[in-house]
Amino acid sequence: MKPDHLRFFIDPSRCIGCQSCVQACTECDTHRGESMIHLEFIDRAASVQTVPVVCMHCDQPTCAEVCPADAIKRTADGVVQSARKPRCIACGNCVVACPFGVPEVHEERKLMMKCDMCYDRTSIGKKPMCATVCPSQALYYGTAEEIDRLRPMSTPSNRFQFGNQVITTRVFVMWPRGPVTLAVPLDITAPLADRAGADPFAHVEL
Amino acid sequence: MATPIPEQDTISIPPDGRPAAEQPAWRQDFPIDWPQDEYVERRDFVKFLTLTSFAFVVGQFWIAGKQWLRRGEAPPGALRIASIADIAVGGSLVFDYPGVHDSCILVRLSDTEFVAFGQKCTHLSCAVIPKPEEGVFHCPCHEGLFDLRTGRQLAGPPPRPLPKVTLAVRDGEIFATGVAAGGA
Repeated sequence: MKPDHLRFFIDPSRCIGCQSCVQACTECDTHRGESMIHLEFIDRAASVQTVPVVCMHCDQPTCAEVCPADAIKRTADGVVQSARKPRCIACGNCVVACPFGVPEVHEERKLMMKCDMCYDRTSIGKKPMCATVCPSQALYYGTAEEIDRLRPMSTPSNRFQFGNQVITTRVFVMWPRGPVTLAVPLDITAPLADRAGADPFAHVEL
Repeated sequence: MATPIPEQDTISIPPDGRPAAEQPAWRQDFPIDWPQDEYVERRDFVKFLTLTSFAFVVGQFWIAGKQWLRRGEAPPGALRIASIADIAVGGSLVFDYPGVHDSCILVRLSDTEFVAFGQKCTHLSCAVIPKPEEGVFHCPCHEGLFDLRTGRQLAGPPPRPLPKVTLAVRDGEIFATGVAAGGA
């Protein structure tokens, strides 16, 4: 099956920080024992909110643009691969350049390694490991129609701006659809009975 | 309503977004896309074959030329290695002959018998080790074996015999007098 119609969607608001994706990534045979996924805290001091960071597979891969050894390549299906081992010199340019902070340099083995969207799996139509195990489906792999049906309140976007640099990516991030302000300030520490009737999404048309 | 998602399966886009024709030439030489990076033009392949073949031909002529130049050289003179008394039977001695980088090894087989060979294994130039009790020179790198008396290769990867150093004994002194191509 040609997996062209399958897309990767990340919904940070669904992430519960359970580390399942990290563990699943660690079990992969191509980089056993090391996770290529970063589970980041957004503002650790103020919140427990986490976000899984996988490679966004840019159409303008900055990591490949800055690679002096011509080691980072993008396959025809749009997946930016880990550095090619015979070429990589572990200079770390890609680590500094990547706007999403994805690549990791392993100095001792002179190699950059990064998320390749489980290329062994996705290239034959299977889901990436992280997307298969994610219990809240913050990492979702499927068609655009499926995500529209499943997430009516969100819209996927793959366009990002970093200063003057505009990047479009193969991986999508889910944004809330329309303006999002909670209609009623919700005190989640209050007893359930006191919260009854306060529907925070009452203003959102489904 | 399905959100329209742009087709992503086209090739990578340069950061300035301009078409390929307006890009600098190095983008063609160092493409980011894997298929373009792997692609070898027939013309490049033929060029590679031709140039490599040419290099081999030049190398052959260079080797032949060096041999031809060496023909005029005088044979190496005699070199005193040691006194007979310096080596016990079964013992060995390393010396350099004819040049300072040509390690050779002298082995005393019996009271009157001496042999000397170049010490570099003919396979990959590791130093061979004499084992008189087994009657062989042993190369530890790839388990090559040479006959102790003739230098002929017995086992392992060495392609040629060890070069034999001809010896002469005068007044209890051992001299190296020349290098023969190999045992036999």
